[in-house]
Amino acid sequence: MNDVRPAGATSQFEIRIEEKTHIGADGTRIPAIRDLVLEVRPQSMTVLMGPSGCGKTTLLRIVAGLDARFVGEVHVPETARIGIMFQEPRLLPWRTVKQNIELVAETMSNAELEHLASAVGIADMLPRYPQELSLGLARRAALARAFAPHPDLLLLDEPFVSLDERTADRLRRLLLEVWSARPTTAILVTHNPREAILLADQLVLLAPRPTHVVAVVPIAIPQGERDATVVEEIYADLLKRYPANFATG
Amino acid sequence: MSVSAAPPDILTGVRSYRGPIVSVLSVAGFLLVWFIAAEIAQSRLLPGPVEVLRYVFDEALHGDLLAELGITLWRVTASFVVAMAIGSVVGLAMGESPALNRALDPWLIVLLNLPALVIIILAYVWFGLNEAAAIGAVALNKIPNAIVTMREGARALDPGLDEMARAYRLSPWSKLRNVTLPQLQPYFAVASRSGISLIWKIVLVVELLGRSNGVGFELHLNFQLFNVTAILGYTVAFVTVMLAIEYLLVQPLERRTTRWRNKPV
Repeated sequence: MNDVRPAGATSQFEIRIEEKTHIGADGTRIPAIRDLVLEVRPQSMTVLMGPSGCGKTTLLRIVAGLDARFVGEVHVPETARIGIMFQEPRLLPWRTVKQNIELVAETMSNAELEHLASAVGIADMLPRYPQELSLGLARRAALARAFAPHPDLLLLDEPFVSLDERTADRLRRLLLEVWSARPTTAILVTHNPREAILLADQLVLLAPRPTHVVAVVPIAIPQGERDATVVEEIYADLLKRYPANFATG
Repeated sequence: MSVSAAPPDILTGVRSYRGPIVSVLSVAGFLLVWFIAAEIAQSRLLPGPVEVLRYVFDEALHGDLLAELGITLWRVTASFVVAMAIGSVVGLAMGESPALNRALDPWLIVLLNLPALVIIILAYVWFGLNEAAAIGAVALNKIPNAIVTMREGARALDPGLDEMARAYRLSPWSKLRNVTLPQLQPYFAVASRSGISLIWKIVLVVELLGRSNGVGFELHLNFQLFNVTAILGYTVAFVTVMLAIEYLLVQPLERRTTRWRNKPV
């Protein structure tokens, strides 16, 4: 069925999914992905944008190696270190924030861990348990954890969903800061067009279910120079070119 | 006079009524009721607390009480360890694998409904009146309960955390220690607590039927002598041991393992 071939950590990741079908509890077959081909360039931010329920999370789970039941090929080496941020923080509630980060990065030195924690603004929170943290802080901890293992591939599944817009915006800028400091091959999934435009090197527009790639839009302006005005300009331009994908945002 | 800061319990308001005072008052109330009942009855068949406690101290100092308690406690411990070890492993496996669950479920239901007495008698008949048969029979009575509880725990494992562990490629050992076992801890605590009380009751039956020492044997002996003071004395002594285990071992351990809970934002 599927085939996972080794590839060097620096080479680009190639994703080709011919068919992915969910089987519902009552046995009905729900096609989620069909004929999707995607190349992810090293050390760049690829943003997958598509309507809710189009199969974005399914795609990310396949890339993360969490779902092997599909037809196609995903060239992510077995040994590739993966950093992942889910829609919920998914921290272990019985471990402190520090222990949560250490768990996925055993060789990390204390100094490096503290450096990473202060980069995402949770240096004071390291000895706390996740339940003592607000959702925004827990997301920061999850972000730090995602970067902790020095991932070959960073996967972000709507990491800023269900936060208020100000907190979400701060966290997006924070993600860009940390990511620029240590460029990592990254795939981020979102249904928020402005978030996609702010973060993407390569913006991949996905069709509704069964999903496939509608268009790949490179955004040349460096992320650091994309202020609100620039984002709105790009948005207006993309709305004209791909009205079906941007109309709802 | 010393003025100290308000204890943290009062500040948090969480444990204000959890102090030992309430527990001590509750026990004292029970003793008082017992004392009054015995005074009214004035019967050899209902000795009062003073008489029973005197018997306990006499037997502890000059008799076999401590030795008998020790033997029973060793049987309880051995049965408990065997039952929890086997019950946890099988329960987890059944919770994780639907196929295994289907295969073992009929056995589990049979074992759950088999009377303790039948298991004990058969163990003695087949394996002889020895220590291994006694401990095995007690453990076998507890194993199905442990399996049922731990199976529920395995079924309730959070798939989100499992995905996290797999995505980050945690080693099986690290996943077990950091992700799986902490989620099972409450189920293990429930199984242990109900297990200890069930086991010590069954240990007495095992001792009564086929051992020549232990609390169960002593109860049997004193029943034949109609010595109610001794029966109550042994009961009180062993219940005290079990209370000590609960308050000095189980509860502090539980507080330690759940200290991450109840810490709101």
